[in-house]
Amino acid sequence: MERNLIDSQIKGVSTGTTILAVTFNGGVIIGSDSRASIGGYYVSSKTINKLIQVHDRIFCCIAGSLADAQAVTKAAKFQISFHSIQMESPPLVKAAASVLKELCYNNKEELQAGFITAGWDRKKGPQVYTVALGGMLLSQPFTIGGSGSTYIYGYADAKYKPDMSKEECLQFATNALALAMGRDNVSGGVAHLVVITEEGVEHIVIPGDKLPKFHDE
Amino acid sequence: MSSIGTGYDLSASTFSPDGRVFQVEYAMKAVENSSTAIGIRCKDGVVFGVEKLVLSKLYEQGSNKRIFNVDRHVGMAVAGLLADARSLSEVAREDASNFRSNYGHNIPLKHLSERVAMYVHAYTLYSAVRPFGCSFILGSYDQDDGPQLYMVDPSGISYGYWGCAIGKAKQAAKTEIEKLQMKDMTCRELVKEVAKIIYIVHDEVKDKSFELELSWVGEVTNGKHELVPKDVREEAEKYAKDSLEEEDDSDEDIM
Repeated sequence: MERNLIDSQIKGVSTGTTILAVTFNGGVIIGSDSRASIGGYYVSSKTINKLIQVHDRIFCCIAGSLADAQAVTKAAKFQISFHSIQMESPPLVKAAASVLKELCYNNKEELQAGFITAGWDRKKGPQVYTVALGGMLLSQPFTIGGSGSTYIYGYADAKYKPDMSKEECLQFATNALALAMGRDNVSGGVAHLVVITEEGVEHIVIPGDKLPKFHDE
Repeated sequence: MSSIGTGYDLSASTFSPDGRVFQVEYAMKAVENSSTAIGIRCKDGVVFGVEKLVLSKLYEQGSNKRIFNVDRHVGMAVAGLLADARSLSEVAREDASNFRSNYGHNIPLKHLSERVAMYVHAYTLYSAVRPFGCSFILGSYDQDDGPQLYMVDPSGISYGYWGCAIGKAKQAAKTEIEKLQMKDMTCRELVKEVAKIIYIVHDEVKDKSFELELSWVGEVTNGKHELVPKDVREEAEKYAKDSLEEEDDSDEDIM
């Protein structure tokens, strides 16, 4: 996902990825594709992990420059872990998102990475936060990001319902990822999904050939 | 009552042979010279009461406040050297503000009191500085965690309480506080009791006039720490004065 002159000119600064996070009744599902690309023509990794666990019930998915994103999440993971130990309780999802936001905002000149933070905490339950490129922090019931997201705004807006069941939400997220990966050339590989609830964290991997197929596939 | 340090009490960086740091104990003495402040935690909030001695008729009413706002949801009542307390309230404010800036939500009171206590403790380690000569009571209310009350003393320890008192009449105040069933009371009921306790422990002979400073934070204020409104304060003071008269009257009857 290194930046390339042609890439930036055509697509602006959001680069090869599809990420999303969706709340449902009792939890949140966070998902991504697994392709890392250089420019628009070389797949540098088919199986990269874009879902970083920053705490027991809090995950982050990364978009933008992979190097920047990894550096920021590493720093954030440390800060959140330390904060949680000091507080003697699991961190709030909002706190984790704020830590990322502070890192992004205070270093906005150097960084080119955006995040979706999603998780569960005792106070507010399942939550999704977007941390945009410049350091904006926004809470939403669901959100999509990355270059592949542009192809699924219509699908997401039409098909999202609040308070879905876990199965409905999984279906929604899988379909969204499949549709995006089907149209965006810099998104692809396998679909990674993580289901976060009070009880625990479940990681689901769907290989490319097992993804839902649509009319022309 | 107190033993003289004789050589081991010149700086905070020296222990005495029996394991005491005298400078810290002397700092606590400074707190005991100040007038009383109490804080009580009830079912749905925290109430602070301070006996503010008025040393001169020329003072403007309401000046020299001894109850501070540390953050929207946190209040701090102090006893001891007022200047030290003011400087610590700034420390607490900055800490609460930085926390909110970094983590996006209100600072939990336990964490805030531990941070400020750590700061106070740092001043008990070196000979170049003196310990803070003040104790303070921190109180807050949060929808999920409920009401919280912590006290920090010059040695840098912080403890959680249901009710605590600092200052010259702290023993008498503690006795009165122990009589209350605060876990079952609401803020409105507690405000009157706090006023009564301050009136009880105030020494009419030694100290002349005083101003009662009352503040609260809880469900009744929607989680915002503020001075008690005028009508509630007047009702509380009236209750306090009436209760004192009653006790005086009953004493006369017995005689």
